Parts: sequence; structure tokens; C-alpha cells
Amino acid sequence: MNDDVQRFLDRLSERSAQRGQEPTWIAARRQAGAARFEAMGFPHRRVEAWKYTDVRDIARTDFALTDDAEFSPATAAALTLPLDAYRLTFVDGVFAPALSDLGDLPTGVQVLPLSQALEENHEAVGGPLGRLTGVDFSAFAALNTAFFEEGALVRLAPRTVVDKPIVLQFLSRAGEQPVMSHPRILVEAGGRSEATLIEHHAGEEGAANFTNLVEEIILDRGAILTHYKLQEAPLKDRHIASIQVEQGRDSRYTSFNLNLGGGLVRNDVVSDLNGEGAEATLHGLFYGQGRQHVDNHTEVNHNAPHTRSSENYKGILDDRAHGVFNGRVVVKRDSQKIESEQSNANLLLSDRAEVDTKPELEIYADDVKCAHGATTGQLDEEAVYALRARGIDEQTARGLLTLAFAGEVMELVDLDAVAERVELTVAGKLPERFNLAGLVEAAAALNED
Amino acid sequence: MLEVKDLHVTVEGSEILKGLNLTIGAGEVHAIMGPNGAGKSTLSAVIAGKDGYEVTAGSITFEGRDVLEMEIEERARVGLLLGFQYPVEIPGVKNIYLLKAALNAKREAEGLGEIPAPEFMKLIKEKIAFMKMDASFLQRAVNEGFSGGEKKRNEILQMLVLQPKLAMLDEIDSGLDIDALKVVAEGVNSLRAEDRSILLVTHYQRLLDYIVPDRVHVLVDGRIVKSGDAELARELEDRGYDWLLEGSAA
Repeated sequence: MNDDVQRFLDRLSERSAQRGQEPTWIAARRQAGAARFEAMGFPHRRVEAWKYTDVRDIARTDFALTDDAEFSPATAAALTLPLDAYRLTFVDGVFAPALSDLGDLPTGVQVLPLSQALEENHEAVGGPLGRLTGVDFSAFAALNTAFFEEGALVRLAPRTVVDKPIVLQFLSRAGEQPVMSHPRILVEAGGRSEATLIEHHAGEEGAANFTNLVEEIILDRGAILTHYKLQEAPLKDRHIASIQVEQGRDSRYTSFNLNLGGGLVRNDVVSDLNGEGAEATLHGLFYGQGRQHVDNHTEVNHNAPHTRSSENYKGILDDRAHGVFNGRVVVKRDSQKIESEQSNANLLLSDRAEVDTKPELEIYADDVKCAHGATTGQLDEEAVYALRARGIDEQTARGLLTLAFAGEVMELVDLDAVAERVELTVAGKLPERFNLAGLVEAAAALNED
Repeated sequence: MLEVKDLHVTVEGSEILKGLNLTIGAGEVHAIMGPNGAGKSTLSAVIAGKDGYEVTAGSITFEGRDVLEMEIEERARVGLLLGFQYPVEIPGVKNIYLLKAALNAKREAEGLGEIPAPEFMKLIKEKIAFMKMDASFLQRAVNEGFSGGEKKRNEILQMLVLQPKLAMLDEIDSGLDIDALKVVAEGVNSLRAEDRSILLVTHYQRLLDYIVPDRVHVLVDGRIVKSGDAELARELEDRGYDWLLEGSAA
């Protein structure tokens, strides 16, 4: 076993010694996680799924654990999305009640920190936790299982429609020693329930921490979940997310995987379409600058007939940033009448930026409709000229065109607070005259005349 | 208003304009005609600042300012606007964004504030109606999937909104059927004003039946070989360019 793995395991032993007695099942899970992590070690680039992503920076860093949720209120206020929402905030993985606001949750809706859920009724959580994203998912999921303490539980009773978005905010703090956190999110959406979940990762400039997130999302029959993941972590943060969704009959999962921040980022988004009529729509946008590395791996498993998936990921890479898109679609034998579309388009804004894109289709049924496509290109200089020739300055012209490239994804974002954050990062602060709020509505009104 | 003196321009090493002189006064409509490859489009492209053209000699001044020293966007802001022969498609950028951004850029340069949204919408509504365009087009991406005629109307619409001092229209009649040509010509004619000049670049006389120019220039092999009034255009329609080509070769 190598020293890096040992260092993490040592941290785990220290932590266990500090911790009191835990329910047997939790202790057993931790042990299983640690054993699996020890056996697998950190993934290296000879493994196909990690071919383009080097995690040595994570492996070699000595990350501490923290219990401190102190965070500058002014910074938190600036980072928090201006949205009327139910909100839980975590600072370096630690629940921060002062920065959380659940207001009056509607009947049938449970949103609570995982630690609290475990304390109140750990048996009820123990069943689903780890069932989807288990220790075999990846070394990082195993590591999370060994370390997990905090996170969020979201539970919707059947037929509940949540009136406001639920925001899970994760803030990363700049400090002397980098810290790691291993949050877990568990979403259980009952039959025909409906909600919008916003997972928001941000932090203080200069932070260089490691977030190792595991998410399990269970959608019962007819449940509808829109899941925004807005990742704008500080540029030295490391961010690994392992997300698995289980979809029952006629359920709909829509994901907006928006990655703007983080130095080293890896997202695994897996959707299992297990019930007939289930539908997964995966939208993604990644924007890298400097030396950012953003890797998105998606996987859709059509395990039942009459299921649909569509996927559209867009990447914008500047400077020496490196992007990865790997989209896997598996159609099981006898999963007839399925439809699947996938597209990935990338824009390279610099000669030294790089993107690796790979569709992987495995189809074992014969009556299916599957399509995929990938493109990579640069800004159209003719279009830059055409805008400048109308008086628009060059920087704004490039900003507008870059934003336009992201448009297909962003047009579907109907939360202004989220759209504006993305706009700001992707196009820079566009001058006042581009603040088009109101104009779009006015134009729509004009159309109706 | 615009003065072009002894302009020499090379494109990829070969000389296209070979000492062109042209003066356009305020309120005048000039037409540049000539056979293919004479350098007609080069002139307007150089004035608008398109890449790939090297000015090796001569000058262009607009209201006393050296145009060749100005950035592309600056030229547009002072009122030099080029309507393209082949308008480029800009996926993802809505027409309404382009119009508002361009108008506000111009207003900013003139020391005016941003145009209030209601005033802007009123203006746009009036102009699209004039160009017989559907309001839904504002929400469409610039020129994306537009027919040839729609693209040309869109160029004129931008002119109507931006109110340039010198509108340069490069082969604005190409690819238009007669109805579309009439709409485009009406748009151009509505631009005519005492303080605004228009430079039409065209291969065919047909356009000049609808937009009657004050001056017509014949460009052959990089130089203006003949100038006259609207009557010259009709003469060209009857006689073609050959008689002038021979003259220039001599």
C-alpha cells in the first residue's frame, strides 16, 4: 500500500478515536469503505475512466478534518444565491446553522442535516444510504463511505410539491492547512412529488480544500426532480462528486451540471432508468480557465423499455484549461422502444486549452433510437467582426459570442440567480448595456401584440 | 464628409485598388458600379475595417478624421456602417440583443445614456413594421436560418435603427426577388437625409431604378474610370462595361 493511501487511513483512525460510539451499521460501513479504498487506492491514469484526470494532487496533499463552521457573514452573503429558498449551508462540510434557513417547510417535506437525521432516527437512514452509490462505485465513493459525517437528507412524501427551491450550499474556506470533507446527500422523492434542488458550491478566494461528495437520488413513480449543481468553488479547490440517480416508472430527472470553478473537478453522474416511461435530461456546462481541469463522466442506463434520455454538454476552455466529457449510454437487452440523444460541443478560446470528448454507446436491444455527436471549435472570427462592425467593442463581442455558445444550455435555466452567476463567469462583467433584464419580456409582449 | 485619396489596397499580395479617389458630400447618394473583380467590395470593406486588406498608400478621412487609424467598432460608432453582401449568421445572439447593444454603444460614444427599454421597443417595433418583418424575428438568432431576402432586410433594419452618417451597402440587391428589392429600396430611401450619405455598391443597374443616385462611378481594375449622374447607370445597362474596359486597358 502506498504512503498516500496510508495517510488518509491514519486520518481516519485519528477521527474514529475522537468520535464516540456509533451505531453498529455505521461502523461497519466505515470499515467496508476503508477496506475498499485501501484495496483500490487512488485511481491512476492507466484506468480507462481516469485516463485524462490526474488525482495525484489530491493523493499527495495532507488534508485535515475540521469541526468549525465559522465563516465571514459578509462573504457568505455575497456568495449566497439571491433566491427565495429553503437553505442548508455547510462550511468545509460542517453544518452552519447560522447560515441556514429552512423557514416553514411544507408538510411532507423533510430537509435536514445528515448528522441530525442520523441522530434522530438512524435506522430510517441506514437502509437507503449507500445502496446506490456504494463502496464499489469508485475509490472516492469508498473514501467518502469511510469518512462521511455530514451532508443532507431531503425527503418528499408522495404527491408533495415543494413551493420553493431547496438550496444546499457548500462553502469552502481559505486557511493555513487544506481540509477535506466527505458530504453525502440523500434525496428520496416519493411518488408524484416534485421539487427543485440547487446544490451550490462556492468559497473564499484562496481556499484549497477537497470536497469528496456522494449523492444518492431516488425518484419513485412519477416523481419530478430538477437538480441544479452550480459549482463555482475557488480555483484551487478540488471537487469530486459521485452522483447516482435511481428512477422509477414515469419519473423525470433533469440535471443542470454547471461547473465554473475548482482547480481539479470530477463529476460522475449516473442515472438508472429502471421504470418504464422514466426520463433523464442531462444538461451540462463547464468553463475552465487558467489551469483548471474539469472532467464530466455521465452514464445513463436504460434498464427498462420506453425510457428516454437526452444529454447536452457544452464546454468552454480558455488558457491552459483541460476539459473532459465522457458520455456513456447503456441499453439493456429487452429495453425496447427507448430513445437516447447525446451531444457535446466544445469551444476552445486559447491554443493551449484542451478537451477530450468521448461518447460510449452500448446497445443490446434492437428497437431503439440513439443518436450522438461531438464537436470542438473556436469562436467564429467573422461573427466577432460582424458585431464590431456594428459598434460593439471586441471584448464584449467575444463575451457575447461565448455566452451565446452556452446559450442552448442556459436558455433552459429559468432561475435568474443561477443564470446571472453563470453569465458573469463566462462572459465577464458585461457592460451595463447588456443587462437585458426586462428587454426579453418586453420583446415577448411585443410578439403577443 | 468622406474623402478617399489615392487609395492603394492589396489583398494577399495582389493589388486590388490602384489609386482610387472618391469624395462623398453630406446628403449625397453615390453608386459604385463595375464588372466583377474590379474591387467594388474592397472599397467598402476597407472603409469598414475588415481584416485581410492592406492599405499600401493613400488615405481615407471621414469628417476630417483619419479612418484608417480607427478601430472597427469606433468607425461604426462615428457613423460609418457597412451593410454586408453576405451577412454572417451568429447563432445564439438574438437580433434584439445585437440591436440594443449596437445602439447603446453608439449612444455611449455620443455621450448619451442607455436607451430606456420602452423607448427602444417602440423604435424597434416601428422599424420592423416598416421593413415588413415579423416581430418574432427579434427573438431569433442573428441571420440564423434566414433566407437571402431576410438577411438583406435585416441589414437595412440595422441601418434604420443605428442611423449612420454614411451607410455603405454592398450588393444589397443580390439574391432579392422584385418584392424584396422594393422593400429594401424603400428602407434605403427612407434613410436619405440632408446630413446622411449613402454609398451603394452594385453590379446591376436594376437597383438604381429604385434608389436613384446623385453620382455614379464606374470602377474598373482598381480605379474609377468614369463618373457621372444617374444617366450613366442607364448607359451601362445598355452598353455593358466593355467599352470602359478597353479604355482602361489603353
